[in-house]
Amino acid sequence: MATALKQEESNSPNPDGTENVVVRFAGDSGDGMQLTGGQFTLSTALAGSDLATFPDFPAEIRAPQGTLFGVSAFQINFGSRAIETAGDQPDVLIAMNPAALKTNVEALRPGGLIIADSGEFGKRNLDKAKYENNPLEDGSLAKWKLLKLDISALTLEAVKPFGLGNKEALRCKNMWTLGLALWMFERDRQPIVDWLKSKFAKLPDVAEANIAALNAGHAYGETAELSGDGLGSGHLTSRTVGAAPSAPGLYRTVTGAEALSLGLVAGAQLADLPMFFGGYPITPASAILHHLSRLKEFGVTTFQAEDEIAAIAAAIGASYAGKLGITSSSGPGIALKGEAMGLAIMTELPLVIVNSQRGGPSTGLPTKTEQSDLYQAVYGRNGDAPMPVIAARSPSDAFECAIEAVRIAVQYMTPVMLLTDGYIANAAEPWKIPDVSGLESFPTSFLETMPEDGLKPYARDEKLARPWIKPGTPELMHRIGGIEKGIDTGHIDYGAANHQKMTEIRRDKVLGVADSIPDQDVAMGKAGGKLAVVGWGSTFGPIHQAVRRAVAAGKDVSHIHIRNIWPMPKNLGDLLKSYDRVIVPEMNMGQLKTVLRDQYLVNARPVNKVSGQPFTIAEIETAIEENLS
Amino acid sequence: MNEMTKITTTLKDWETDQEVRWCPGCGDYAILKAVQRTMPDLGADPSKTVFISGIGCSSRFPYYMETYGFHTIHGRAPAVATGVKLANPELDVWIITGDGDALSIGGNHTMHLLRRNLDCQVMLFNNEIYGLTKGQYSPTSRQGTQSPSTPYGSVDRPASPCAFALGAGARFVARGIDVHKGLPDVLKGAHAHKGASFIEIFQNCIVYNKDVFEEFAAKKTAADTQLHLVDGEPMLFGKGSKGITLNRKTLQLEVVDVVDGDWEAAGVIVHDVTNRSVAHMLVEMQFGDFPMALGVLYNDPRPTFEAAVVAQNEAAAAGKKPDLQALLSKGQTWTVAEGGPEL
Repeated sequence: MATALKQEESNSPNPDGTENVVVRFAGDSGDGMQLTGGQFTLSTALAGSDLATFPDFPAEIRAPQGTLFGVSAFQINFGSRAIETAGDQPDVLIAMNPAALKTNVEALRPGGLIIADSGEFGKRNLDKAKYENNPLEDGSLAKWKLLKLDISALTLEAVKPFGLGNKEALRCKNMWTLGLALWMFERDRQPIVDWLKSKFAKLPDVAEANIAALNAGHAYGETAELSGDGLGSGHLTSRTVGAAPSAPGLYRTVTGAEALSLGLVAGAQLADLPMFFGGYPITPASAILHHLSRLKEFGVTTFQAEDEIAAIAAAIGASYAGKLGITSSSGPGIALKGEAMGLAIMTELPLVIVNSQRGGPSTGLPTKTEQSDLYQAVYGRNGDAPMPVIAARSPSDAFECAIEAVRIAVQYMTPVMLLTDGYIANAAEPWKIPDVSGLESFPTSFLETMPEDGLKPYARDEKLARPWIKPGTPELMHRIGGIEKGIDTGHIDYGAANHQKMTEIRRDKVLGVADSIPDQDVAMGKAGGKLAVVGWGSTFGPIHQAVRRAVAAGKDVSHIHIRNIWPMPKNLGDLLKSYDRVIVPEMNMGQLKTVLRDQYLVNARPVNKVSGQPFTIAEIETAIEENLS
Repeated sequence: MNEMTKITTTLKDWETDQEVRWCPGCGDYAILKAVQRTMPDLGADPSKTVFISGIGCSSRFPYYMETYGFHTIHGRAPAVATGVKLANPELDVWIITGDGDALSIGGNHTMHLLRRNLDCQVMLFNNEIYGLTKGQYSPTSRQGTQSPSTPYGSVDRPASPCAFALGAGARFVARGIDVHKGLPDVLKGAHAHKGASFIEIFQNCIVYNKDVFEEFAAKKTAADTQLHLVDGEPMLFGKGSKGITLNRKTLQLEVVDVVDGDWEAAGVIVHDVTNRSVAHMLVEMQFGDFPMALGVLYNDPRPTFEAAVVAQNEAAAAGKKPDLQALLSKGQTWTVAEGGPEL
């Protein structure tokens, strides 16, 4: 997404001759579905299609085999035009076992195609999936097209020459399936072959077996169609989905976690600062720590701390010592970091805190997405503790948001919260690689000499930011800490008037960030009118598509997408008031809605979903209908 | 602490203009003076020195040192210090903490700082009480300590700071007393050790836990109650009349009488600061049956955390160019040409 000329998304074929197809791979968490999906994505991106993906997997690493809760799925929507969501309904479901069929088939479009590995539909697996009868045989799947293939047996046959054990041989099933899928959509096998060779460089037999399985799956598609044995006719046909018209340039696929990590590296370079990243393992945020820990040549130091608190405290220490301190976590870890965020606010040190949101509260839904940490980001600290908050809307937007978070942190000497979510973190999309020379730098300056009127660690510049003074600088020794500071001097000061004044300065400094951000625009539709659909974060895609359809149907609807959650753009209040009605779809119980009501006294109405799944376009369309009637 | 150019300062150079706000008679005053007096002897540079503290009476310490100072949050000073030292290994980092700060709320960070062996000095002011919150019992309070939160006496067994430190993997463990004239020497030893240096300082809280260490800290009886450890010297006390020996049957330390100064005949152990096994016995030596062991109990340096991090960063970056454009363009890419898609 975000690559191209925006058009409407619907199930194919579209009136303009473009197409898009939604495919969902579903299997046991040990079946390698995420890998299959990832490789299919790569091949699809290389063919020039636009795409969006939705990996959906259980929290358990290896849940008991064949169980309903152990199902792992990967959905991809790709097409010859702009794609902004992972698709409401799959057109094709590939089910590797009964449990995968049961948990996913209801999402399939009526008339859609099921490809099922019949070799896995024995009594034991049917029992585990709580099927009384074999659904492949009892006619219960009549509203869909069904293709039964004994993928297990076909794979074992294909890899026979390599002498693998039964268990190892069956591990190649996902490559067989991928081969078939590549054939169905006329995708190139070579990138996958290259990847298998490099992944199993030390195990050439395994590499060759996987390649053989891939080729066998592909050949099966060709043969089944040609043989005309009745198996494939009407079901298994290959189909061309062309390239999407995109802005010219160099492209790659990128996940949110990758793009965000790259954005942090870019931000540090633009600020001319070495980076210190303190993290602690947590789903779905760990990927950022993993990415950054490989980038030492960019002046990145990563530190896996003993806990979430140490991760942020060390980042604060590094910022104090003159590096760009960054920490990252998900909701539960962010909660632990709360007190330290207050310290960064009080000592006015730059810091970026990344929250890859997941379902909550408490441990909640570790691998499922949600946007329910907005209150936590804006309000979740003791005392009057204002902090800028930015939210990314997509993987590629995460790159720009990360740079923006770094800019605000160093220019305003403040911690900044950067919100993303599990969906953005794991989802992939094509990304037009930015031209680095076009990025605006914001070099950092440290106070390095004694000012004429003496050292005032809490003196203010025009942005109300205090000077950044690194320990080690001759003459400028001073003390900072979490206790209230006297204006200018930074000495301990509990005085009533002083605290009033300092609290106001901290508030005004953060509110002043609004001077450096663009006015709120209207993402689709016009300024003013009957209905504004206001969103933030990863709901951008479904809202945008739903509003596009409504506008195309002649309805008076606009889409407003807010990136700067705190402080908000200065014109936002007036803009919202120019609509008769404002609705706010979010993957929580109404958090942005509350902030908008509080800030602007507008009657923002909630549209909520907390199922751990992103909104579908249809759900937003329904909300639009209800609010226009 | 790292090698650095020694510079000339006086005690005055290390004092701030801030009014010291501890209770009159608090042991912290003596420790502050000892540190301020020691810094010129170390040739330390105030602008390269950072004092980092948590929360508690002791943690106000940085405000009174004319150096860089960071008064952080409860228990987290070791974590903040880790970030500071990794960001700039040239800095001379001192952590000031207390028994509650380091062993209760911040126990986890203390353990990992010592395990990792970050090059810094950890001064733990142990007064066996929460002073700043008005006198609750602490993790080092003796069983039965009556306090506002334990009016019938505390029931839990206390932690032993030096045993904790050694168990966590500390490579330098020492003990001192706030008003003791030997404290500066302990500080110098800690500063000379490259790596995490852990110093427990018995500090007298005159308001909430007055004279709790008097049994062994009192000057009058010090000769019999204190064992001053010196590397290479026999473990003697009681003006040479008594010593510490190892009972080879029980494999435990014992007090023996030394007759006519012949400590060798009595089997008195010669202190070897690198002997980790003996160090484990010394930190477990209970006062009463034994004198209180003071001075450097253990000192056997190992490579530091920050040096390993820096070395790995450099090795991993060696020969690689930090080319951001190349980084963004990594992996499989494709080009879309002007005027339409190109496959």
